[in-house]
Amino acid sequence: MTNVPASPDYFELFGLTPRFALDLDALEIAYQRVQSRVHPDRHAAGTAADRRAAMHWAALANEAYRTLRDEGRRAAYLCELAGVPIDASSNTAMPASFLARQLEWREALAESRAQGRPVAELQAEVDEQRSETLRALAAALDCAQDRKHAAALVRQLMFIDRFRAELRAGGESRSAHSTQG
Amino acid sequence: MALLQIAEPGMSTAPHQHRLAVGIDLGTTNSLVATVRHGAPQVLADEQGRVLLPSIVRYLADGAAEIGHGAQHHQASDPRNTVVSVKRFMGRGVKDVAHVENLPYDFVDAPGMLRLRTVAGVKSPVEVSAEILKLLRERAEKSLGGSLVGAVITVPAYFDDAQRQATRDAARLAGLNVLRLLNEPTAAALAYGLDRAAEGVYAVYDLGGGTFDISILRLSQGVFKVLATGGDSALGGDDFDHRLYCWALEQANLSLLAPQDQRLLTVKARAAKEALSSRGATTLQARLSTGQWVNLSISAEAFAAMTQHLVAKTLEATRQALRDADLKAADVNGVVLVGGATRMPHVRKAVADLFGRPPLADIDPDQVVAIGAALQADLLAGNRSRDGADWLLLDVIPLSLGLETMGELVEHVIARNSPIPVTRAQEFTTFRDGQTAMAIHVVQGERELVGDCRSLARFELRGIPPMTAGAARVRVCFQVDADGLLSVTAREQTSGVEASVAVKPSYGLSDEDIARMLQESLAAVDADMRARMLREQQVEARRLLEATEAALAAEQLDRVELMESLLRRAIKLRPDDAHLYNALGYSLADRNLRLKEAHALIARALELAPDDAYILDSMGWVYFRLGDLATARAYLERAWRGRPHAEIGAHLGETLWALGEREAARAIWREAKQLEPDNETLQSTLRRLKVRLAP
Repeated sequence: MTNVPASPDYFELFGLTPRFALDLDALEIAYQRVQSRVHPDRHAAGTAADRRAAMHWAALANEAYRTLRDEGRRAAYLCELAGVPIDASSNTAMPASFLARQLEWREALAESRAQGRPVAELQAEVDEQRSETLRALAAALDCAQDRKHAAALVRQLMFIDRFRAELRAGGESRSAHSTQG
Repeated sequence: MALLQIAEPGMSTAPHQHRLAVGIDLGTTNSLVATVRHGAPQVLADEQGRVLLPSIVRYLADGAAEIGHGAQHHQASDPRNTVVSVKRFMGRGVKDVAHVENLPYDFVDAPGMLRLRTVAGVKSPVEVSAEILKLLRERAEKSLGGSLVGAVITVPAYFDDAQRQATRDAARLAGLNVLRLLNEPTAAALAYGLDRAAEGVYAVYDLGGGTFDISILRLSQGVFKVLATGGDSALGGDDFDHRLYCWALEQANLSLLAPQDQRLLTVKARAAKEALSSRGATTLQARLSTGQWVNLSISAEAFAAMTQHLVAKTLEATRQALRDADLKAADVNGVVLVGGATRMPHVRKAVADLFGRPPLADIDPDQVVAIGAALQADLLAGNRSRDGADWLLLDVIPLSLGLETMGELVEHVIARNSPIPVTRAQEFTTFRDGQTAMAIHVVQGERELVGDCRSLARFELRGIPPMTAGAARVRVCFQVDADGLLSVTAREQTSGVEASVAVKPSYGLSDEDIARMLQESLAAVDADMRARMLREQQVEARRLLEATEAALAAEQLDRVELMESLLRRAIKLRPDDAHLYNALGYSLADRNLRLKEAHALIARALELAPDDAYILDSMGWVYFRLGDLATARAYLERAWRGRPHAEIGAHLGETLWALGEREAARAIWREAKQLEPDNETLQSTLRRLKVRLAP
């Protein structure tokens, strides 16, 4: 039986190298391997203490999986592991060009909504910006080891993802309306 | 806590002893018990060979209870003491039960959960369910020849905390050791997946008597991972019966039937529905108490057409679950049908059309859930670990959990479809200076306003040491265990004051509520966003006022510092508001403080509003303070051209004065003075520089 330290970081828990570039299949396999050891179903016949410990570990594995699976959360976690907090709420400094683009997107979305036009083009642009930010994150975290820059990129990614959620939310609410009745 | 403390699977069980364990499907209409014998799952029958036990309990005057088929025969003659569909009352108050006025029971509205007054006394739904479970336990023990080590009890995937808790209590009352509460679609997926060693993505479409569940799972190498679950729990086979019943009323030109005729026609409608599953047409015949004969013919096509809207609802919920799982219908490798209502051919066809493949129904849809539960019970009892033939179920919570925050907003802490068990903490702070208690209100649902979600529990964290508003750090921790049961603790971090509650909610969510809430939340995203923004602004305004009053009263801060701290809070709340950045930046620049920060703030404001004269003025003033007079002049001239205002004129004049262009400065100041003779900035500038303007 492997002796996992008392509070392992999420990468240690899954036996993965702490990098931004991550093989999601390897993560999935590692997650399931850990869960098949620690899940409460595996300790149903154990003592109350065993069952509590199983729940603790299974919840930790779920949280670790959720964090590492998502690029933004993973990058934020890597920054925090290296002692660079993201501080999204207090650190609002953004490059002017990035902010300008955010404004353009919002205007474009409001316009499309007002005119009932599809947002596919905007969606594509936002997706492209997101991919670009992810590439920059990979470079900052895995090559340059520049966590400060990475933290700034994570904050940008949070903006982009919030905007993507708005794009998606609008789409869903429209489809829900159209199927009513 | 170290992993070492956990024993290896199977270690703590005796290796060569088969432990008797069962799976129980406690259904709305029927209940079943199954077990694994000689490695194969098997549904257990009663002495007459019947496997389905009607979920009906009749209480008798001597305190005894009649359960199942015997009770079924008396539901018309003794309705008050004969409880049917008790599952709908689990974890519910009277207010939560739909059409309560049409039910023949004598309800007692007790705190927590409703009660039923019967000839044998007042009974809770937990007790009624326990009667059914006890009978199934006895059937199993007789059949297996020993006492059970435990049982897996299935619940709809959409059951909330109150309903799960009530189900577990009923099982305990029936003398069962609950190994696990298992979601019904997950149990069905297990039965199918193991039966055919399936791999890939499976959808479980579960249309029962009163509820609809849809779960999307990924099966790989013995891991059954639920990706998303959803449903429309206000929908089941009963709604199809009711549609046919209404059609019959119309066709026969009937209205206001006597209660026994209502029941008769409903039973006949159900029989006709069942007949149409195997025939192209059937008749619906009944002789009413008035002596009138009803004799109607109905074709399968006509029945399909009149119930198509019900099928469409299930398909919409199915599409939503696919979206939640981030999958398309074509990604699904197999579709499993569960529940008696999936016998209807047009339901099967609609599911087949949606997924582009024929659904699987070769395990009896009435039995598949109990079989899955039996398999899981066998595993949890430790009977499987010997040969390594085991598997792992990774399930999710069906609805988001959150807390009420200021302005009756919901702060979601755990999102729907999060894998369980799950533990997540969130920090909250105090709203007022000296606040020593905090009310914690736990809610469940997808909507943004508390009133649109289900209230699960309330408790209070007391004894927080008095601090200024925003200084306390209250960490609220949600924990959902593998049964889907929630507990919540709250702890003030700086003092260690703690409070906790096992969430035993007074009322659970009604299935209708859940379905309605989910549908509304999707349709109402826009409305929510607007409502939320409005609430946040109201809350912030109140907060600013309270903080201002408190600070001024205590004279803790001078007014300018106070304003700056308020602006900082406002910026966090509205990060896209140029004027907030500008106001803070200007305030700093004007006091000649933290000029770099002031510059960054105003630059941000300018990005958001590039031509705003007041922001240009602020920027110019920062450059003046920084000593870059040329840049200052450029900004101030742009500002002055954009909006000639005395204040801007005062700044521009001072910059020109400092540059040695005294006459140009005087000209601007004169213009400014004409615009606003009493402008304070202008007057103080002139006083400071000892300049007198010729009239």
